[in-house]
Amino acid sequence: MLKKRLIPVLLLQGGMLVRSQDFSMHQIIGNPVHEVDRFNEWNVDELIYLDISRHDDYGTGRHDAKVTLFEGCLDIIKRVSKSCFMPLTWGGRIRTVTAAAEFFKNGADKIAINSQAFRTPELITEIATRYGNQAVVVCIDAKRTAKGDHEVYIDGGRTPTGLRPADWARKIEGCGAGEILLQSIDRDGTGRGYDTELIAVVADNCTLPVVALGGAGRFEDYAKAINAGAAAVAAANIWHFKELADRAGKRAMARAGIDVRL
Amino acid sequence: MTVAIIDYGVGNLTSVVNAFTAVGAEFVVVSSSSELAGHDGLVLPGVGAFAMGMANLAERGLVEPIRREVLRGTPFLGFCLGLQLLAESSEEYGQHPGLGLIKGVVRPLRPDPALRLRLPHIGWNDVTLVQPHGAFRGMGDSACFYFVHSFALEPLDSDIVAGTCDYGGSFVAAIQTRNITATQFHPEKSHKAGLQILKNWLGGPC
Repeated sequence: MLKKRLIPVLLLQGGMLVRSQDFSMHQIIGNPVHEVDRFNEWNVDELIYLDISRHDDYGTGRHDAKVTLFEGCLDIIKRVSKSCFMPLTWGGRIRTVTAAAEFFKNGADKIAINSQAFRTPELITEIATRYGNQAVVVCIDAKRTAKGDHEVYIDGGRTPTGLRPADWARKIEGCGAGEILLQSIDRDGTGRGYDTELIAVVADNCTLPVVALGGAGRFEDYAKAINAGAAAVAAANIWHFKELADRAGKRAMARAGIDVRL
Repeated sequence: MTVAIIDYGVGNLTSVVNAFTAVGAEFVVVSSSSELAGHDGLVLPGVGAFAMGMANLAERGLVEPIRREVLRGTPFLGFCLGLQLLAESSEEYGQHPGLGLIKGVVRPLRPDPALRLRLPHIGWNDVTLVQPHGAFRGMGDSACFYFVHSFALEPLDSDIVAGTCDYGGSFVAAIQTRNITATQFHPEKSHKAGLQILKNWLGGPC
């Protein structure tokens, strides 16, 4: 049967790989192009690159000051896709179908959109119509409220929307997206485990596959997220700080009875 | 072995080119009928709707040249849409004729409704390999590949089936017969197992 997936998320800021905590602290950990062969060797199921840059600067040692962040991103994905033989998703700052088209042209199998999807949900439908539903991932970033439920945030976790994740997920499904990348802002970078209540509330309220992200600290965390309803588990920091994170991660999932590709 | 990868305007040719590059293949990309003959093998990739695939081939005058090459014995590798187009016809969005190189019809996947499985079938799934030679040699009796599709080939002759997959019911994941090899899954997105299929096929029949 269809396998549950394990997906590294590679966060980029200004063209460099970073680790993230609480959506606010970002520490540079490497160069995405230098690292790509290492990622492609991992026995993981997909790769997601998220560009979380906020300014249009590109201070990575490029000598040509005219290279914009956008062009820099296209260059990264073009190089990554040359040796990435598994599904590749690119997300971050995609605001138009034209921008999405450039990423597809340069090697993305799927694109991920977040804030712009919220502001103009018709963008989801436009991209899905042209490239297929399976090519559109919509990211939901959510934070716990004082009442104990969750609220969706956009703009890198800075702007509250007043919307509950389950309601937004249903709307996303109606617009034709193929998948939801669900991120817990509170758990980001903490290693305290996934927010399984958040996963359950979204998975129970829409039929799109949910990819859970935020909080993975031990390989045992993955099975808990799957059992809460996630179709796939994604993690960002764990790959850079734990040995053999792919094999150990998948083995932990298999030991917990999850059907994964080994 | 120098092979020709056919570009007929469907799907992401770059991924396919990258995969063949990675396995060290000698290849050219062709898109017109005059470029089709004289190669050691033909590759037909493709993603999307059957009717559009056939229309694009027809537009480029590729239908008869492909049939001629394959009937002549030129090794052929097709994947995803490239498998389905081999059929006599497809039921996707109406009834459409295919290349007619394999007897059979392309029909929608019909997973068991009790399982409430979504379509398209997207993701990694196990393929039971039943022809452990040629493109599938050295891979054991099962391997996991990446699928994105809602339709599958139903061949008349079950002897040509090289792999089956289960998604709420069994469907044909790969065929291998005479000079034709084709897979429903995407070898260029199936990591090491996918690249192994390409390497095996390029290595010639065994």
